[in-house]
Amino acid sequence: MAAYIIRRLWQMIPTMLGVILLVFLLFNWVGGDPAYVLAGKISNQEQIDNIRRQLGVDQPYWVQLWIFVKQVVTADFGASWSTNERVSSILATRLGPSLTVLVPLLVIETVVAIGLALAVAYVRGSLTDRAVMIACTVGLSVSILVYIIVFQYVFAYKLGWFPVQGWGNSFWENLLKYSTLPILIALVVSIAPNLRLYRTFVLDEINQDYVRTARAKGVSENRIMWVHVLRNASIPIITHLMAALPGLLLGAFLIERFFSIPGIGREVLLGVERSDFPVIKAMTVYVAFATILSNLLADLMYKAVDPRVQLK
Amino acid sequence: MSTNAAALPRAHGPKGPREIPQHVSPGLWTLAWRRLRADRVGMVSLYIVAAFLVLIALSASGLIARDWAREVGVNYAPPTFVGPDENATGPGAASATAAEGPTEATTFKSSVVDPIGDVIAELRGEKPADAGPASGGVVDPLADVMKDIQASKGTAAAAPEEARALTLPFGGDKWGRDVLKKTIKGSETSIFVGIAAALLATAIGTLLGALAGYAGGWVDDALNWFYNVFSSIPYLLLILAVAAVLQQKGMSTIILILGLTGWTGIFRLIRAEYMKHKGREYVQAASAIGASNARRMFMHIFPNVSHVVLVQLSILVVGFIKAEVILSFLGFGVPVDVVSWGSMLNEAQNELILGKWWQLAAATAAMALLVTAFSLLTDALRDALDPKLKGLAGH
Repeated sequence: MAAYIIRRLWQMIPTMLGVILLVFLLFNWVGGDPAYVLAGKISNQEQIDNIRRQLGVDQPYWVQLWIFVKQVVTADFGASWSTNERVSSILATRLGPSLTVLVPLLVIETVVAIGLALAVAYVRGSLTDRAVMIACTVGLSVSILVYIIVFQYVFAYKLGWFPVQGWGNSFWENLLKYSTLPILIALVVSIAPNLRLYRTFVLDEINQDYVRTARAKGVSENRIMWVHVLRNASIPIITHLMAALPGLLLGAFLIERFFSIPGIGREVLLGVERSDFPVIKAMTVYVAFATILSNLLADLMYKAVDPRVQLK
Repeated sequence: MSTNAAALPRAHGPKGPREIPQHVSPGLWTLAWRRLRADRVGMVSLYIVAAFLVLIALSASGLIARDWAREVGVNYAPPTFVGPDENATGPGAASATAAEGPTEATTFKSSVVDPIGDVIAELRGEKPADAGPASGGVVDPLADVMKDIQASKGTAAAAPEEARALTLPFGGDKWGRDVLKKTIKGSETSIFVGIAAALLATAIGTLLGALAGYAGGWVDDALNWFYNVFSSIPYLLLILAVAAVLQQKGMSTIILILGLTGWTGIFRLIRAEYMKHKGREYVQAASAIGASNARRMFMHIFPNVSHVVLVQLSILVVGFIKAEVILSFLGFGVPVDVVSWGSMLNEAQNELILGKWWQLAAATAAMALLVTAFSLLTDALRDALDPKLKGLAGH
């Protein structure tokens, strides 16, 4: 086990270096001289020269790459080009609000999607099953933007059940007051694709021999679904969840933008709008690292749920 | 029942003669087409998608909706089936609502949408010197352009050279442009971007996947590394990063962004298919008669994996249309003078506060109809091309 983890960590290094190289090429080579970008927002020539020196843009590319690698390793990307806030502090302070929305969302959504998937798969082929699947397909084809615009208008602006937008200072106020509507909307949007996916996972298991055996033994239908089938269907579900985890951090970026939640996703959008390269570079590299690590974690959890899996 | 009865003789027809003369047996595509024909949902979806394609072909060639930007109605002209504004009795009243409209919309926008407000306030507290140019130049790079456009629209509206309609079939927007024509034009943009980007991504993914799967060895290792790097960056983040770097906006930019970032899924599948196929007898036979590597890859193996490519292409089109709508909504997509479903939704967001729901409804309905039809068509295609899967997913 330990040997496996060490080998996997070792194998990650080329991928991580690749991510660094890709981001470097994108921003330092394709993106061109940052002085052009900065010229629009900082009129002070001295400041631009300073930043150029700090970034080492006047140096050859390999020196610039080395500077970037050092930045990644030390987590010191300097200051934002737009607000002068330290990039490291941006990352640290934006994580909390994102998680306040995402953790409850993830928990509720997973439980609801799995429950519905089991129920729908149990009555597979019936009118209910087909109606739910059609509703999912139609629901998926409406843009997420429309859900946010309409829900925000109806429930916050018209009915006044929730604040239209905003973010407070206390955790409970944020969670109970400001996050409720965003979480509800995200739930509506994300449940359709997951329900469809989980349903196929459950269907893969439901026709297996062990289900027939359990039924022949006289195991109750509830126990078959919730214990036997769910345990086996949870293997692909966990893999899917782990793989989707880092993307979730950004997936809610539209929600964060509409509701002015000061999270990671909104920060990325702001960074793109302001051509704030250090912020986007830092976000891209670290979210990619998180993805690579969570893939390893997914494989380890795979092993924990399914003892048959041999880690090689 | 009638479809079953119609399908039965077809299904039985080729079975009899297939055992004796080999050349009569229908090919993969013929069989798939037959299965698709028997799929009622699939055929309806196919007709809807085809209708959309005809529509955008007509609009692209300028036969319809060419004058979508003309202001033919009063400001916010309601849809015909709703009837003229009950509260207002004439164009004067309508323009009065329009006059108060923008201010209300702007206040809402500043309170809800502008997410940088607090940061600017923070900035002003800390560094008043920097805040001025930063807030002016950074927050909305299009503000000036929009102001110009609005000004020109304003003057155009002030001197109407023709009588304006009180109602339009699907309503009018802020400047009295026909929402129906805008929706058609927007469909053209969104669908074109979706299909073009999907073709680009499919071409890249198929080519790299074929190379990796067929060549193996260090080529496979290198391309796999490339794949790992691309797929470890979450898709949306990658799109936004590329959008940040490519400064100029345009249709080709957005197609390039989506195409260059979206090839990973198809790479994986095609690579696996090529690894499976390269050891098969027909490929060995091809090599025995002296077919070159390229010929074996693209003339012999490719037709046998092309159904995978087609299904993936179809999935990508749906995904890219959705992505284009979001990017255009955020202002990273098509330029401001091009209308797309995303830019329509962006306008509609502020209109909804004024109770003008028709542009939102039109853009949403058009997109939902096309995307639903396209998704169902994709499912039908997959079932038709790979009937083994249907048994698993359907039951």
